[in-house]
Amino acid sequence: MSKGTLPDAGRRAVVLGGTAAAATLAMPAISYGQSDAIRIGHLTPRTGFLGPLGEFAVQAVQLAAEEVNAAGGVNGRKIELLIEDSVNPQTGSAKAERLVQRDKVACIIGEISSATALGIAQVVQREKALFVNTGANSDALRGSDCQRFMFHTEAQNSMYVKTVGRSLLRDGLARGKKWHFMTADYAFGHDLSKVARRFAAENGAQVASEDLVPTDLTDFSPVLLKIRQGRPDVVVSNLAGNQITNFLKQYGEYGLRFPVAGFGFDTALAWGAGAGNFGGIWPVVWHHLIDTPGTKRFVSAFSAKYNRPPENQAWGDYCALKIMAQAMTETRGTDAMKIVEYLEKGAKFDILKSREGHFRQRDHQLMMEMYAITALPRGQEKNRWDIFTSSPPVPGPEESLEAIAATPEENTCTFRA
Amino acid sequence: MEFVFVLEQVLNGLLIGAYYLLIALGLSLIFSLGGIVNLAHGAFYAIGAYLAVVVAPYLGFGGAFVVSPLLVGALGLVVERFLLRRFYRGDPIYGLLLTFGLAMVAEQTLRMVFGAAPVPFAIPDMLRGQVFVGDFIYPVYRLTVLCVSALCVFGLWLLLTRTYFGRVVRAGVQDPDMVGALGISLKPYMTAVVVIAVGLAAVAGVMLAPITGVHPAMGAEILTFAFVVVVIGGLGSFWGVVAAAVIVGVVRGLAAYYAPAATEASIYLLMLLVLLLRPRGLFGERIAKFE
Repeated sequence: MSKGTLPDAGRRAVVLGGTAAAATLAMPAISYGQSDAIRIGHLTPRTGFLGPLGEFAVQAVQLAAEEVNAAGGVNGRKIELLIEDSVNPQTGSAKAERLVQRDKVACIIGEISSATALGIAQVVQREKALFVNTGANSDALRGSDCQRFMFHTEAQNSMYVKTVGRSLLRDGLARGKKWHFMTADYAFGHDLSKVARRFAAENGAQVASEDLVPTDLTDFSPVLLKIRQGRPDVVVSNLAGNQITNFLKQYGEYGLRFPVAGFGFDTALAWGAGAGNFGGIWPVVWHHLIDTPGTKRFVSAFSAKYNRPPENQAWGDYCALKIMAQAMTETRGTDAMKIVEYLEKGAKFDILKSREGHFRQRDHQLMMEMYAITALPRGQEKNRWDIFTSSPPVPGPEESLEAIAATPEENTCTFRA
Repeated sequence: MEFVFVLEQVLNGLLIGAYYLLIALGLSLIFSLGGIVNLAHGAFYAIGAYLAVVVAPYLGFGGAFVVSPLLVGALGLVVERFLLRRFYRGDPIYGLLLTFGLAMVAEQTLRMVFGAAPVPFAIPDMLRGQVFVGDFIYPVYRLTVLCVSALCVFGLWLLLTRTYFGRVVRAGVQDPDMVGALGISLKPYMTAVVVIAVGLAAVAGVMLAPITGVHPAMGAEILTFAFVVVVIGGLGSFWGVVAAAVIVGVVRGLAAYYAPAATEASIYLLMLLVLLLRPRGLFGERIAKFE
């Protein structure tokens, strides 16, 4: 082969490749002009310490879109998903901007990281596009950083804290007890720590010590030695993502016996730690053992398609897409402002729980039931997935759904025009 | 009392150092002899952990501990024979790009096959429990890991310093042309070095799987630390790498005690400091071909 010239086959391949590349690049514009599908952007971390949860989110939103399309779509139009890895706050904002400006999506669904959700919220507010947050818990997103175009199917930190807080009070693990906090060192953890401290102060628990844990810390032994030295009455996790898996595994390894409780949780992380390593009381927004027809249907459809039960992050993205489909059907279009007004008027949605949910007008938080789950003792797990027992829905059937949410005094949201 | 807690963290740091050691030694070996910065080294570590998860139900933990590194070694053989071998004498940037690509392919393959969620893998029942020495606590499993790491390091040291194989490898590091002139082909030695290095990474993967999670990005996670250890220890120095692993572990342990939020940053600061004072690392030798 002489240098400088390509052999024939090679040159042909290059030309063909170039044509193919050009065709691919031109595709979005062509398909947009030809089909009248409703495009929905799905943006969530698929790599990094929240990646395990993002995978459930993507699988669930795909299942929901298939179901909506199989049932005839939205006003006769099919839903088309554009799925992206949000990676980190900078990349997440850039991709949100591209989805809205270039791909003209009707709305963005997803996210798990509170830091990235904050960036996406600023983009959608500027662009007057919709964003349904399905996984970021920070109260600030429903308070000081709230946006008119952002809605939350994920529960806020206050709801998590007050839900599991009831179990802690019942079990005598709060009043007069000494707590040790382990807190994920980023927006979510800091926000949760603040909310949890408020709960502790109101209920007579003392936060004796706190460790900020970097999100990429994999070896918890220094933290565990500190806990052993401090002898707290309860070890409280304000951790996130893979941190929880590693903590659970290593807490068992060190044989520490202090009761464990968490103020934030995702079932997949307990599954990753494995039966026998999971312990303590944790709050969840949803789990696969809830006894309602909606949940049973969702769990069997998801398990059939993906060979494992869905976890709470899957629930969030599944419901968010169903909610958007219902809102677009009801408002007969994809006009963001009309959908905002429709949701703010208190429309009810089947969210697979015993009571229907609705978005609270003043901060766009989905009002709904939550659950506190307790790990089954070692050896009593039924299989890889059914490793906990659940409380009845919180708040109970006679109570207002507002009972566990942040009050206006605790978390003030003022929408800017 | 405070002193006892600090001492406990220092001793715990030694354990942490042992994790990085097996990976760092392999990295250092491949770079010293082949001139390749093996960014795919973490991938072999991750594959080792996943293989252990796959074979453990059939062969038990002990079986996985033997079989997984052997399989990974075989994979290393193939990768060396068909890919790495082409890049030993070229611009280092090509080797860097190749192994970077391999690492990404491996991580994504693991994600596609096993999913992004961490896969459960527990400490074998036999090795559960804790040892109490006075006021100190050590999980039995971590002590086992420490012993196995120490044995591997000792074995590798014997191999490199007390055998014909080791003499050729060390000569190849210093002056490959002279080794060639003496009629010794370095090719089979390089293959063997890669197999040993990735096999050790797999041993680390199997041992750490029950402690830290088994997930697709675990390789990328540990590789950074292993690199820091190699850089601090200095290229070409066996004991430099060992010393650096211990120092990094202890610094990390102490940082986690006094300023948990700065745990990860602490070792980069350490690296910066070492490089300012000793640009070749603590015990780095002058290797003519890299100057």
